[in-house]
Amino acid sequence: MNKKLAEEYWEKNIKYLIILLSIWFTVSFGFGIILVEELNQFKIGGFKLGFWFAQQGSIYVFVALILVYILLMNKLDKKFNSKRSS
Amino acid sequence: MSLQLWIWLMVGVTFTLYIGIAIWSKAGSTKEFYVAGSGVSPIANGMATAADWMSAASFISMAGLISFMGYDGSVYLMGWTGGYVLLALLLAPYLRKFGKFTVPDFIGDRYYSDTARVVAVFCALIISFTYVAGQMRGVGLVFSRYLEVDINTGVIIGMAIVLFYAVLGGMKGITYTQVAQYCVLIFAFMVPAIFISIQITGNPIPQIGFGSQGTDGIYLLDKLDSLSRELGFHEYTSGSKSKLDVFFITAALMVGTAGLPHVIVRFFTVQKVRDARKSAGWALLFIAILYTTAPAIAVFARINLIETVSEKRYDELPGWFDNWEKTGLLTFDDKNKDGLVQYVADPQLNELIIDRDIMVMANPEIAELPNWVIALLAAGALAAALSTAAGLLLVISASVSHDLIKKIIKPDVSEKGELIAARVSAFFAVLLAGYFGINPPGFVAATVALAFGLAAASFFPAIVMGIFYKRMNKEGAVSGMIVGLFLMLFYMTKFKFGWFGGGTSDEWWFGVSPEGFGTFAMLANFIVSITICQFTVAPPKEIQELVENIRIPSIE
Repeated sequence: MNKKLAEEYWEKNIKYLIILLSIWFTVSFGFGIILVEELNQFKIGGFKLGFWFAQQGSIYVFVALILVYILLMNKLDKKFNSKRSS
Repeated sequence: MSLQLWIWLMVGVTFTLYIGIAIWSKAGSTKEFYVAGSGVSPIANGMATAADWMSAASFISMAGLISFMGYDGSVYLMGWTGGYVLLALLLAPYLRKFGKFTVPDFIGDRYYSDTARVVAVFCALIISFTYVAGQMRGVGLVFSRYLEVDINTGVIIGMAIVLFYAVLGGMKGITYTQVAQYCVLIFAFMVPAIFISIQITGNPIPQIGFGSQGTDGIYLLDKLDSLSRELGFHEYTSGSKSKLDVFFITAALMVGTAGLPHVIVRFFTVQKVRDARKSAGWALLFIAILYTTAPAIAVFARINLIETVSEKRYDELPGWFDNWEKTGLLTFDDKNKDGLVQYVADPQLNELIIDRDIMVMANPEIAELPNWVIALLAAGALAAALSTAAGLLLVISASVSHDLIKKIIKPDVSEKGELIAARVSAFFAVLLAGYFGINPPGFVAATVALAFGLAAASFFPAIVMGIFYKRMNKEGAVSGMIVGLFLMLFYMTKFKFGWFGGGTSDEWWFGVSPEGFGTFAMLANFIVSITICQFTVAPPKEIQELVENIRIPSIE
């Protein structure tokens, strides 16, 4: 039983990782590097959008990603622990 | 109060604070010496990680680099922050669950082999030594510029301080001094940035300020783009490097960050797995404060500089220009003898050469801020250099006393004996680092990039596969690390030092620069490891159980 639970936990963890790392890749390598010229045609305030992602936006998203990961995993841990002790 | 007095006061007060903390947090056991007894709170560990991570280069040089590179400088911003996402999601929680003292501990145990352990120790030592030499040099430079002492005297003062708290307090002493150092350095970085942002844009938040309008109603970045075009530089907000190279450099810095042993080891110091995740979040938040401000300083400083000097009469320039000219960091040569300063991209016509470090260090003077702000900046730069040096020295001492002496050479050494060995190796590591600080090897600048490349090429794949690929065995991991390490060393020495026939940038493989080659070497490591692993026996059952065990946090 415990083994099956552990596998479930791990699968869920991997699913979170794939989603969060896709966002990580999109904002930095995607918006900040590959698509930078396309996005630079748009502006927010005085920033060209692609430039903003490369020097500001990607960093804010990184912080948010870790925060979301912490919250998701804390919830998952809780669920896992209560199932395991029952 | 005079500037010199302010500087002595600020530096004196902060140094007394660090020494006080060291005495209060003396390490009594090897566990305290290596991982601060694993009892550090996540927020304190976040601050310590941030100070550990942000070196003299981040503090002094990065904003200046970006100032001259414009968009291309983004590789540092994204590379040195994005790595924390990898660290938080792929490494930190599992390594904390594994719960030993060092990175070679994990590699040696997970790959059930002393060969793997020795290879890991070798990597850790190369990475840390290349990095620490630059830090000691940074300490010396700051001392010599601000306190008017000789560079070598500066290095020796820095060594004495680090020696005191690293040898006495070990990781415990280092952690709490790093917390104090973070506070000093972030305050020192932000105060001038906020002042200047208000002066130029009226907005106190630099992150928003550099996307706002100046007093003339034109957006700063638009103004900078057109100024750059007029003077013949590439547009500030667009790049001049190839897209592929920007991609590879960013990836190498990210993965390298996640693989640096002095950063990873910080996550062994917290109590639980969930604290490891939390402190990675805090660390990135604390780092992001500086890293999102740096590009703003870069823009402010560049506009200030161009507007102050370009086409102005040389004999009417403000006093700071003279001061920095004396240090040799600014040089002016009136080539066309018109008495005006021509600052342009064309090297034939350009008359002004500017060292990038000035952009942060002279910033308060250029903006005419009060003396105490300049003194604060000096204390902040010292805090940044000392905290990183201390973290690296601890990795070096633990590699010798724990990974080599305790695990391989003399496993029956007592706790007390190991602690003495740890202190003695910390002592010698400081001496060696100081030696490199006084006699810097000519390749210091190149070696920082090398350290990231090496960490990316060696540790990162071995650790990630150790956690996420249960079937990975010692044959695969060891050959992958060796291939990655030597491929990286080969490429760096070939194109940076001209060994193996040297080569120019036209001969770079696929157009990838040595700075970005870590990504390539990392991929080679993955491919070699996975291929070899298919043809060799699976790891023993207890190792597979170990992997299953580190994947789930313990019951609370």
